[in-house]
Amino acid sequence: MLPEIGNFALILAMTIALAQGVVPMIGAARNIPGWIAFARPAAWTQFVLLVISFGILTHAFVSNDFSVAYVANNSNSALPLMYRISAVWGGHEGSLLLWVLLMGGWSATVGLFSKRLPPEMVARVLAVMGLVAVGFTAFVVFTSNPFERYYPAPMDGRDLNPLLQDIGLIMHPPMLYMGYVGFSVAFAFAIAALLGGRLDAAWARWSRPWTIVAWVFLTLGIALGSWWAYYELGWGGWWFWDPVENASFLPWLTGTALMHSLAVSEKRSTFKSWTVLLAIFAFSLCLLGTFLVRSGVLTSVHAFASDPTRGVFVLLLLGIVVGASLAIYAWRAPQVKSAGNFALLSRETFLLGNNVLLVVATATILLGTLYPLILDALELGKISVGPPYFNAVFVPLMIPLIVILGIGPLSRWKQDEFPRLARMLRSAFLVSIVLGVVIPWLLFGKVELMVVIATAISVWLVYAVLLDVAHRCRHKSSFWKGLTSRPRGFYGMSIAHLGVAVTVIGIAFSSYYSLEKDLRMVPGDQLEVGGYLFHFDGVRESHGPNYTATEGVITVTRNGKPVTTLHTQKRTYTVQQMPMTEAGIDAGLFRDLYVAMGEPLGDGGWAIRIYYKPFIRWIWLGGLFMAFGGILAASDRRYRLMAKRTAPSGADARLAAQES
Amino acid sequence: MRPKQRNRLILAIVIVLFVAVSAALALTALNKNINLFYSPTMIVHGEAPHDRVIRAGGMVSEGSVQRDPDSLQITFKLNDKVNEITVKYTGILPDLFREGQGIIVQGKLAPDGTIMATEVLAKHDENYMPPEVEHALETAKQMGVANTKKD
Repeated sequence: MLPEIGNFALILAMTIALAQGVVPMIGAARNIPGWIAFARPAAWTQFVLLVISFGILTHAFVSNDFSVAYVANNSNSALPLMYRISAVWGGHEGSLLLWVLLMGGWSATVGLFSKRLPPEMVARVLAVMGLVAVGFTAFVVFTSNPFERYYPAPMDGRDLNPLLQDIGLIMHPPMLYMGYVGFSVAFAFAIAALLGGRLDAAWARWSRPWTIVAWVFLTLGIALGSWWAYYELGWGGWWFWDPVENASFLPWLTGTALMHSLAVSEKRSTFKSWTVLLAIFAFSLCLLGTFLVRSGVLTSVHAFASDPTRGVFVLLLLGIVVGASLAIYAWRAPQVKSAGNFALLSRETFLLGNNVLLVVATATILLGTLYPLILDALELGKISVGPPYFNAVFVPLMIPLIVILGIGPLSRWKQDEFPRLARMLRSAFLVSIVLGVVIPWLLFGKVELMVVIATAISVWLVYAVLLDVAHRCRHKSSFWKGLTSRPRGFYGMSIAHLGVAVTVIGIAFSSYYSLEKDLRMVPGDQLEVGGYLFHFDGVRESHGPNYTATEGVITVTRNGKPVTTLHTQKRTYTVQQMPMTEAGIDAGLFRDLYVAMGEPLGDGGWAIRIYYKPFIRWIWLGGLFMAFGGILAASDRRYRLMAKRTAPSGADARLAAQES
Repeated sequence: MRPKQRNRLILAIVIVLFVAVSAALALTALNKNINLFYSPTMIVHGEAPHDRVIRAGGMVSEGSVQRDPDSLQITFKLNDKVNEITVKYTGILPDLFREGQGIIVQGKLAPDGTIMATEVLAKHDENYMPPEVEHALETAKQMGVANTKKD
């Protein structure tokens, strides 16, 4: 009975989303206060219904109700409770229900935190979000219903894919989806502003915190996915340029461009049409990501199950969203006047450079991701585009990006003088070149060109950020007073930028100085890697709640002193009879020791991987910096106080727009 | 021309040039890094190039896996149920590599028709068949049927 109620709640949520998409929109167009006021309660009701629906599905998992087909396919009574809960989004149907739930959550939150926005703006924003929600709820209800029943119910379930039985994968999809769906807010604000004809500084200021929060979630989601791949896939890779990873990275790149372009739109009232276009692109890429992952068009570890009707549905949805929003853009954007005027050397130009580089990077990755699919669809042959392509196009774009990232925050809006910037950055330039060579030399004893470049631009960036902080605190009576008087947004930006440097160092050092040995070992064998002695003690049997395992034990010593004992497992999950490798990792800030078992080779021998990976944690640490910086920036008090200033500043911006 | 227009024009030209150069470089890189897929039948018929990295896929032939006792060297055969090719690989195989499983290998074709693989890919699902392999199996089957009819 409960699953039917869940299904009913979902259908009800869909109809309410439809009303939420239509009624306030007409209300805003015709100026009918009652219809405008309908938006908020509709969003909240829709969210409550989705929570009920999702809660019921979760209950079905927790209570092992295998009469529900989706539960039977993705769970098992031997599965630990934690994974039974995460299994709710472990398969296609449930993960889409999560998508819809989070979408409802964002709508409800917008309804809650928009008390001081003009009502017709809120109405339009929630209406746009409602329409997107209709599309996705319909997708769940009609093609991917998680509440369908099995008759008769099987005795036990087919278990969750063992790869997904892991803490990283419990957190990864919700984070990623929060980011994907979060960009629908920026998108809805952009469309609402286009429709309402108020693309002004106030609009940019409303959009900014929402965009930043969505970006924070996406950042965390990507970092989690990469971390998970590193320890769970058993061979120490952390990024594969796999289409599914690209699917999450594309909106991240565009979203990063959007955040920066929104800053220009707010502060200088220029770049506005471009910002709107970026908001449309960012959300479209989120939908494209959903399409790639959920349609099964990919040959990828993520495309577990597929069904062509679903692909067609999402593609249609994508087409409608992109088509409709570009049509609205074409119709309304020509009326948008950019107010700002800026010199060639100005912060606007640097931010423009940021946008161009990020968008070009997005385009090249998009090309490499879609090209094999397009060729395949046209029956022109089956190809794959390997990581060398992506590295060859992505890295050269990121180097200039990071160089201007250092200069941008130091430069002045509107107009700057080259001698002033040169004076400020001269020492940074020299220091970064010197340290770029010296740091890798001291740490690793050998120097590679790419590492020197990476280290140099990271030092450059850190130096520039510190210079910026010092510079802005200079005029205050005391340095400390200066420090504490800066707004959170400023620190958020600085910390996020430092995060970029941290990630770059992590990528460069771990890519160029990792030591990797794959070899055959029998118990008693030992091998020295990176100054650590790995001694293979032997294997023993072990078992978990739903798997049996052979566990390899490796003792690590350094200069005769014990460092750690690593345990790596070769698991066989009982229900699906699927083998899985668990790596044994000793994590450290400056190096990871990583061992994983391959297959048994006979005569007591095992294939063993032994890796020494310096600075690899920095890759994800940088992601945490970026996310933390984003949270700081989004919680800046001017976004909370803005409401009081909203009306006048909005009017000012519009006046300014008319004057120019 | 007003300074505002001049600035816009300069920026526009710089951006267009930059995008054009990036596009050219990206396409060159793409051209160099495309790995075409070949089925065992195509390789046996000599359709695959020897001078660049290719992908090949098929089922791992039953009883064909041979290991070197002292190293991680392994030799196995891949078939599409009609033709068979030999693959050599050194390293640790993915968890789901086993005889009878559909897999993909990436590497260069040696003059004797053996693939010197640098990568072996097996997908993380028992019942999963790489679409390339499925397609190769179907094509080979159809060709086989056509050949039998001719006979």
